[in-house]
Amino acid sequence: MGIRFDLFLLSIAVLCAPCLSDLVLSKVDRRIDLTSQIVRFTSTLKVENIGSDPVSEVLLPFPDHQAKNLAYLAATTNEGKGKTKGSTASLPVEVVHPKGMPPALTWYSVSLPKGLGQGESLTLDVLAVFMHALRPFPEKIPQDQPQRVTFQDSAHYLSPYVVKVQLLSVKLPPDTKLESHTKLEKTEVSGSEIKYGPYENLPSFSYSPIIVHFENNQPFAVAQELVREIEISHWGNVQVTEHYNLIHGGSQLMGEFSRLEYQARPQIRGASAFRHLVAKLPPRAHSVYYRDEIGNISTSHLWGDSRKTQLEIEPRYPMFGGWRTAFTIGYGLPLKDFLFQSEGKRFLNISFGSPIKDLAIDCLIVKVVLPEGSKDVSASVPFHVKQWHEIKFSHLDIIGRPVVVLEKMNVVQEHNQQFQVYYKFNNLSLLREPLMLISGFFFLFVAYIVYMHADLTISKSSASYMAKLQWDEIQTAIQQVLSIINRCLTIHDRLEATLRDLSRTGDVQACKAARKAADGLLKELSKELKPLLTFLHSCPQAAQILPKVEELVAKERELQEKLMAKHSTVVDSYEKKSGGREIENRIASIQQKLKALRQEVEDLIEVIDEI
Amino acid sequence: MAASEDAKASSLRYAFGNVIAFFILLLIGILAFSIRLFSVIKYESVIHEFDPYFNYRVTQYLTKNGIYDFWNWFDDRTWYPLGRVIGGTVYPGLTLTAGTLWWILNSLNIPLSVETVCVFTAPIFSANAAWATYLLTKEVKGTGAGLTAAVLLAMVPSYISRSVAGSYDNEAVAIFALIFTFYLYIKTLNTGSLFYATLNAIAYFYMVCSWGGYTFIINLIPMHVLLCIVTGRYSSRLYIAYAPLVVLGTLLAALVPVVGFNAVMTSEHFASFLVFIIINVVALVYYIKGILSPKMFKVAVTLVISVGLVVCVAVIAVLIALVASSPTMGWSGRSLSLLDPTYASKYIPIIASVSEHQPPTWPSYFMDINVLAFLVPAGIIACFSPLSDASSFVVLYIATSVYFSGVMVRLMLVFAPAACITSGIALSAAFDVFTRSIKFQLPGLSGNSPIDAGDTSSGSVVAQNETVKTEKKEDPGKERPSRKTEKNEDLSKERHSRKNKKKEKENVEKISVKPQEEKRLLVLPLEASVIAIFLLVLLGAFYVVHCVWAAAEAYSAPSIVLTSHSHDGLHVFDDFREAYAWLRHNTEVDDKVASWWDYGYQTTAMANRTVIVDNNTWNNTHIATVGTAMSSPEKPAWEIFNSLDVKYVLVVFGGLVGYPSDDINKFLWMVRIGGGVFPHIKEPDYLRDGQYRIDSEATPTMLNCLMYKLSYYRFVETDGKGFDRVRQTEIGKKYFKLTHFEEVFTTHHWMVRIYKLKPPKNRLRGKTKKSKAKATATTSSKRSVSRKNPWH
Repeated sequence: MGIRFDLFLLSIAVLCAPCLSDLVLSKVDRRIDLTSQIVRFTSTLKVENIGSDPVSEVLLPFPDHQAKNLAYLAATTNEGKGKTKGSTASLPVEVVHPKGMPPALTWYSVSLPKGLGQGESLTLDVLAVFMHALRPFPEKIPQDQPQRVTFQDSAHYLSPYVVKVQLLSVKLPPDTKLESHTKLEKTEVSGSEIKYGPYENLPSFSYSPIIVHFENNQPFAVAQELVREIEISHWGNVQVTEHYNLIHGGSQLMGEFSRLEYQARPQIRGASAFRHLVAKLPPRAHSVYYRDEIGNISTSHLWGDSRKTQLEIEPRYPMFGGWRTAFTIGYGLPLKDFLFQSEGKRFLNISFGSPIKDLAIDCLIVKVVLPEGSKDVSASVPFHVKQWHEIKFSHLDIIGRPVVVLEKMNVVQEHNQQFQVYYKFNNLSLLREPLMLISGFFFLFVAYIVYMHADLTISKSSASYMAKLQWDEIQTAIQQVLSIINRCLTIHDRLEATLRDLSRTGDVQACKAARKAADGLLKELSKELKPLLTFLHSCPQAAQILPKVEELVAKERELQEKLMAKHSTVVDSYEKKSGGREIENRIASIQQKLKALRQEVEDLIEVIDEI
Repeated sequence: MAASEDAKASSLRYAFGNVIAFFILLLIGILAFSIRLFSVIKYESVIHEFDPYFNYRVTQYLTKNGIYDFWNWFDDRTWYPLGRVIGGTVYPGLTLTAGTLWWILNSLNIPLSVETVCVFTAPIFSANAAWATYLLTKEVKGTGAGLTAAVLLAMVPSYISRSVAGSYDNEAVAIFALIFTFYLYIKTLNTGSLFYATLNAIAYFYMVCSWGGYTFIINLIPMHVLLCIVTGRYSSRLYIAYAPLVVLGTLLAALVPVVGFNAVMTSEHFASFLVFIIINVVALVYYIKGILSPKMFKVAVTLVISVGLVVCVAVIAVLIALVASSPTMGWSGRSLSLLDPTYASKYIPIIASVSEHQPPTWPSYFMDINVLAFLVPAGIIACFSPLSDASSFVVLYIATSVYFSGVMVRLMLVFAPAACITSGIALSAAFDVFTRSIKFQLPGLSGNSPIDAGDTSSGSVVAQNETVKTEKKEDPGKERPSRKTEKNEDLSKERHSRKNKKKEKENVEKISVKPQEEKRLLVLPLEASVIAIFLLVLLGAFYVVHCVWAAAEAYSAPSIVLTSHSHDGLHVFDDFREAYAWLRHNTEVDDKVASWWDYGYQTTAMANRTVIVDNNTWNNTHIATVGTAMSSPEKPAWEIFNSLDVKYVLVVFGGLVGYPSDDINKFLWMVRIGGGVFPHIKEPDYLRDGQYRIDSEATPTMLNCLMYKLSYYRFVETDGKGFDRVRQTEIGKKYFKLTHFEEVFTTHHWMVRIYKLKPPKNRLRGKTKKSKAKATATTSSKRSVSRKNPWH
């Protein structure tokens, strides 16, 4: 209601404003496309200069309430009148603030390529794209109702110039139900199109509000914020990551959401909801993913051919009016398709907007992450954007990667134009990170080798260190002693074995020889033992263990003697051919002692071993 | 004697063996890591189940706000309106570990998300656990057994079930900490080094940080110490291994907020202090025995015993009085239910209601440890020949853990490493015997180096079998370098300094002639050993196949995403995340969501909404309140929920697609827990002749309770009959309307249904009803529509 009242005021204000120029619009043909949530005005203006001075600009006013939703405005001119249609040139458009004009209007000025002389005429094609121009009415609907929207505009073309003839056609979605529309004179409804006009000889700033109320179940997908991050890797990949924050911008869902009804008749019970979105990705896109902060979303399909890659994504739940969701799409692109070189500079040439069809974006932030070490960064975008630079730290960066950030409000499909980011980059910088890794591991290994070979003891002269060294030596010595004793014991075993052989074969000579050999060996061993013992004597630290060792050696010697005695007795008695019984009697006492000694020696060995 | 040449050759071989062992260990680590990646490959890199979501959320908080805020974190998004002091009630080990990992990676500018780090923490730590097992078993029985045990542990299904990628739970880290603490204990016991004793206390501290299961350590080690003392194996090494652990470990444990004074107050820790006193007394006795003559010693003993008895009796009396003053004897509920398996089901239904607290069945043993179950007894026997301090520890470990695993399925996890260690010992001993018998009987092989063969067999053979195991029957050429790996292991174990290790080895080699003959005696027939080896390899292969199957099929599902194979391919049920995402994006930030406690952690983590109860289950009354609401009729339930500020109620319903663990199946627990606190909820009211049913035979209480209504609201309209695929029956009450709740969201497969509480009605309604009824009798029928609100 408020807006309507504003419009009324506006039209009063407009009517009393002065006409400012010598230009006359001899024919205005406007087509308003309401088939999707984004409203597109296509106007063909035939501009004629009836004044004397050449005119170089044409003013296009829009009411403020429309202008704030204006996403895209482009003017082209057709000079060649049909034959050379290809020579359309887009003209620069900018915001101006002319003085003495009625309030609540925003002005855009189109600069003509060359001044329009007296009596000359020119055809201008103006494309204006608006977001949020369709207002849901009612604002809240239950699940089973279709979504209805209203659209407001003027039947007359709002212009500071006099309009001679003007036509307006409003195109509605096909097969839609038209609830109501403002009926003026010369209003005609045919199919899904409403025609107003032709109206002739309208004064400047004429305004005649119209309202169209109709059913529109097109997806009202609005991205409240979209962050696109484009990361260039000179190893051959351009990684695009897009974070969407999506809302269904149509009539809000009121009351229950019943899955039952939605599943039974999704076309009727969920007419206003949208289930999926289609993204048209560049060809050869690879490693596509679709996820949100809690994981992968499994409902998506991907087709690809040589010209495009098509990704159909379904949000986790059907999107009803007012429902929100957030997700991330990511894909990789081959570098050679998007990165080029010119004049010693490299530049990235990639499209600006979102690949998703029919998406209105409130705020789009494009971040281009250049490789580390890029210099002289600059961006060129075909329309006005806010621009600044950032630094991003990623894989093993030291100085960080330069990031160009471009921000633009109100973005629609028409903004899917190529933009360029220029920078200088030395190919050698590519090798830096691998080299860093290699050297890192290299130093790790070197450090380990050094650690293994270096003696890291804090003080070499400290008492405890010396003591430790000595203790180590003592331990070695004791180990040696033990091994010698062990060897002696094995020799003893062998001697015993010869005795057993003797009792079987009676070969006294062999036995004697064996004894001699063993004797020699034992002597040698005891010689070996001597320096070790003297060393142990000299060490003060060995004092506690020394008695045990000495005891061991003594016991072992005793054992040796006893064994020799036994051996010689047995051999002797064999030589004397004594009987088995007699021999046993003779050696019985020795045998017992031997056994005891052996036991003691073994015990001692164990005790020492444990130390 | 060509001693020097010999030594050179053998030290070269020794180095070779070390390198081979190192690479085998590396491969084991990779195996342990990669066998756990099935879940990422088959599903996605996502946090699993319930508790991991909480840990993940805590880690997120830690990485975002730093360590100090973490300690002081009071979480107001859970247990509304009570909240929960997270910093003081959570075991911080896992969170701090992952947080540190993330911090290191990020300071190296490797931009991994917290989620990724959390997902892969468990596989990384299972590789660590495999290495720790190697170290522990090596201390007990040598390198060969160590490698075998490490391989077995790397893929034991029981451990895989808790440590697949994404299963970001305390146990994943705790098992490593457990094994590593045991390793350091054994190492200290073998070396008597204070350095290892200190490390042991620190490892114990890490374990205390990680898991409540640390009480197992602080009871098992005292038991072993006691065993050693009783069997007369007391030594100064035992004292060094134990005393610092108790003192330092208890001090450190008390630093963890969740433990705090429990480290000295609760009965779980009592055994350690008792044994600490005993070992000190024993040490004193040994010392006095050393300085006194035998006669004097006897006098002293009688003196001390007579005085000591009096003191002991007094102290014990005081202790008993203290302990008995507490109703649970100072034990926590979970510990008590371990000691008395029937305790939980009698007194604490909330512990009993968790499926992993139930006793396991025999198939679950076979599923979780597979062939190890047969190898364990052999391993225990191998531990007895010869019985050392270390191997007696292993025997004790396996004996106790078998008992605990028999009480709770969950503690199968503690049993699995013990089973791996003993089976590793058994396998390696068996291979040892068989390969040696082959070697002595094949003239070609033994002719090479007859003397070497004798003393190195123990190390070489096992290492060789190891390569066979890991690399699946590589060619026998490998055997050459790998023999000799760890000869003389048992002798050199007592050394610490790297330097003198080399020296010793040279020395010790000379005294190895003796065992040769003994070992020659233990030779089996050639054919028998070949067949036995073949069978053992077959057994190992069977184990590997089973483990891979378990990792790939049984334990890889994240449980928040379900899949089913139907004739037209794979079908994905992603309903839980659908519901949580809906809650996250389409409700107010401060809205409270009520659900059964199972879904509390997930709701806070994934939907970021405040919940009433969650999986922490610290407040039984609060849970009982929710249980009561769920089992009450609509109006009282609405009142309960409204008094808790609840705006949405979430129920899980599997009846449409046949998802068995839904809320209707858990409903009896809600009734039980609710009835435990609020006596007007009586379990028999919900049962028809002791049977739980929801069909037409069900009791009216059942058919009118909130859970039934929320689950089956408009369910009948799906197929016209209301056939519940989980219960395999038609539901009892088919057509009903909700008066106090409205459906706001139901997921694609109806698995999660979310209801909103309708706003309260005007209060005057009840009062004016009667007078209004009279008044409206005369008015037109149109008025009756608007009768609900008298002001219109």
